[in-house]
Amino acid sequence: MKTVKSPFKFKGGVHPDYNKDLARGKAIELVPVPAELVVSMSQHLGAPAKCVVKAGDYVVKGQLLGEKNGFISVPVYAPANGLVKSVEPRLGPAGGKAPAVVIDTTVPAPEGTDAAEKTLPPLDWKTASREELLARVNDAGICGMGGAGFPTCVKLNPPPGKRCEYLVVNGAECEPYLCADHQLMVERADRIRLGVEIMRKVLGQPAVRIAIEANKPEAIAAMEKAFADIDGNVEIVVLPVLYPQGSEKHQIFATVGRVVPEPPALPIDVGCVVENVGTVAAIADAVEKGRILLSRVTTVSGDAVATPKNVEAPLGTKYADLIAFCGGEKGHVAKLVSGGTMMGFAVSTAEIATTKTTSGLLLLSPKRVFQYSSQACINCGRCVRACPMNLNAAEIAKAVEADDIKSAEDAHVMTCIECGACSFSCPAYRPITQFCRRAKNSIRARIAAEKAKAAAAAAK
Amino acid sequence: MKPKETTEHFILSSSPHAHANSSVSRIMLDVIIALLPTTAMGIYFFGMPAVWTIATCVSTCIVTEALCRLAMKRENTIGDLSAVLTGLLLALNLPAGIPLWMAVVGSVFAIGVAKQVFGGLGMNPFNPALAARAFMLISFTGPMTTWLKPFWWRTPDAVTTATPLVASKALFGHADAVAQATPHAAEALSKIPSICDLLVGNMPGCIGEVSAAALALGAAYLLWRKVITWHIPAAFVVTVFVYSLIAGGAPAYTQVLTGGVMIGAFFMATDYVTSPTTAKGKLIFGFGCGLLCMLIRQFGGYPEGCSFAILIMNAVCPLINRFTQPKPFGAK
Repeated sequence: MKTVKSPFKFKGGVHPDYNKDLARGKAIELVPVPAELVVSMSQHLGAPAKCVVKAGDYVVKGQLLGEKNGFISVPVYAPANGLVKSVEPRLGPAGGKAPAVVIDTTVPAPEGTDAAEKTLPPLDWKTASREELLARVNDAGICGMGGAGFPTCVKLNPPPGKRCEYLVVNGAECEPYLCADHQLMVERADRIRLGVEIMRKVLGQPAVRIAIEANKPEAIAAMEKAFADIDGNVEIVVLPVLYPQGSEKHQIFATVGRVVPEPPALPIDVGCVVENVGTVAAIADAVEKGRILLSRVTTVSGDAVATPKNVEAPLGTKYADLIAFCGGEKGHVAKLVSGGTMMGFAVSTAEIATTKTTSGLLLLSPKRVFQYSSQACINCGRCVRACPMNLNAAEIAKAVEADDIKSAEDAHVMTCIECGACSFSCPAYRPITQFCRRAKNSIRARIAAEKAKAAAAAAK
Repeated sequence: MKPKETTEHFILSSSPHAHANSSVSRIMLDVIIALLPTTAMGIYFFGMPAVWTIATCVSTCIVTEALCRLAMKRENTIGDLSAVLTGLLLALNLPAGIPLWMAVVGSVFAIGVAKQVFGGLGMNPFNPALAARAFMLISFTGPMTTWLKPFWWRTPDAVTTATPLVASKALFGHADAVAQATPHAAEALSKIPSICDLLVGNMPGCIGEVSAAALALGAAYLLWRKVITWHIPAAFVVTVFVYSLIAGGAPAYTQVLTGGVMIGAFFMATDYVTSPTTAKGKLIFGFGCGLLCMLIRQFGGYPEGCSFAILIMNAVCPLINRFTQPKPFGAK
């Protein structure tokens, strides 16, 4: 094991105000089970789980609520004991509604119910087979906890003919404000170590690169200590502080110098699997302790919350309960953001609940919220220099503004990772990222329509 | 059961929720700040006529901008300071003694024709100040090439003179002007100011183009503030220098330090709207500006070719952009 500086620097990137001091170094506090949990069946990318409980059912911690529904999907379990009040569409952080199980946790278990937490049998990872371990990752409901929430068992099971040469453990946490991964690395370094060893076994002993931004010296030290005596090709790669260092593609480039081709290519096409540190720790718990993924570490921060904290809250905890746990609001909250300031979702209400991908909750005062009217592009090129994907963001934005989606597509808009660096750096306050999103959605809709049409034609 | 109604009114917007805090007006202000040293030097050398020319151009540009936006029923954009900058740049590219009504006509042309006709800031294909200067050079050739001597008020018998560029033009092709001093070349060479005067700006010329040192100071500020990148100015200046070394004649630094090369390379060619986006495009653009400038200086009908060179390259800019698109990360 050795610690190295990242030898590769990607082009572009920006330096937002990180504001990490607010929650940095704060020990992870356990949030007690709130009176009501709202557990969404759509915890991640891919199809929502299929709900298997109904209103009036009593559920116990660890009981299945939603079945895996398709390949890109993971099961959902009850994060605590309680009575299912309803199963209804609820607003999620990204804006859309998805079926959710609303659990009243104040109702005591009816007579004769086994109210003990349901866990899976612990596995000895050294003797367990690869298939057993993969099944465990799936059964524990683990998906990527960094951002998009890709089901982890899919990532850990590369398609035939593809081999994982590098396992990249993502501890970059480049989003402003967020310190959850940082604190997790400090406090649970041993879990990450164990998770890495299990994943190494599942993936066929790839080399391991643990990527951490240079602004987290405590995390780097903790990981160095935890991994000191590990065998094999393991390196801790210290990355320069640069947003979006945590992006999968950029992290692969920064750690192993490989470039993931444009979509639909995936990291495995260049022999890499990237997993967030939270996911890695969850895998260790699922295997060693048989623990199902029922909670996650989240940073509650911003200048409009009384006490910024790193908390571990049951999935389905409403934002309002998280805010109350952190001492409530401080002054006027102008914007409530689920996630970080660069890629997070502004939400309309604190009634929305956490999911497996809620990395942070930010309460921003009016002075941290910018509202603008955009001006004409002056072609300053800042967005082009900021774009980590090296796209001509200005041209794409102009094309989309003129409803010319074709030109945006020709300018590789589908390669855009929506990191927000372009909008961030635009002096004319043009919503460039938003234009890219619009183009991508419209192109996806068109492709889906074409597919449906082709399928209908084939059916005839 | 419907979700609980809340009384909260959080602001909703699509990410990102952070901004670098840059703005168009701040960029324009930075360029204006960067032009202050050379403006001061221009006033120092050419006196009150320079002050009046600058005041006339700036105020006319602001008024024209406001009127044009009003006529087009669009929001007023004088707050972005681009009109102030255009006025200042135009004035700095005029001889100090120009009749003020001509400065008014030039300013109206810059904002009304070169900028707002195309839709305002961001839409103009040509640098408005340079387009106006070219328009004035063609329309008012005499006054536009009549130069006040620095400190002209101390020499009341001959207040106007030619710029060193006329002398430099005569020297082209003389491999070593000093050694082969033909009477003609010697006379021309004697009209080239000392390097000290070239740097300070003690020579006839446009208000803002004479003081290379003051322009360099402003340029350093722009580079430090990251308003401009080095690509265009470096390619421009190096091309002028190398061409001049190869062509022979007056010392190569003369070509860089006289006429509009310094102000052109750092303040005019770097205009965002009319220059390429990518680093590669900027290098091509700067090279083209330098080459055309020198070709006009050596072979053209005018002693100075800087503004025409940049204008021609402005026209080529979309083509350069087209062939220097960035290659996306991961693209084949």
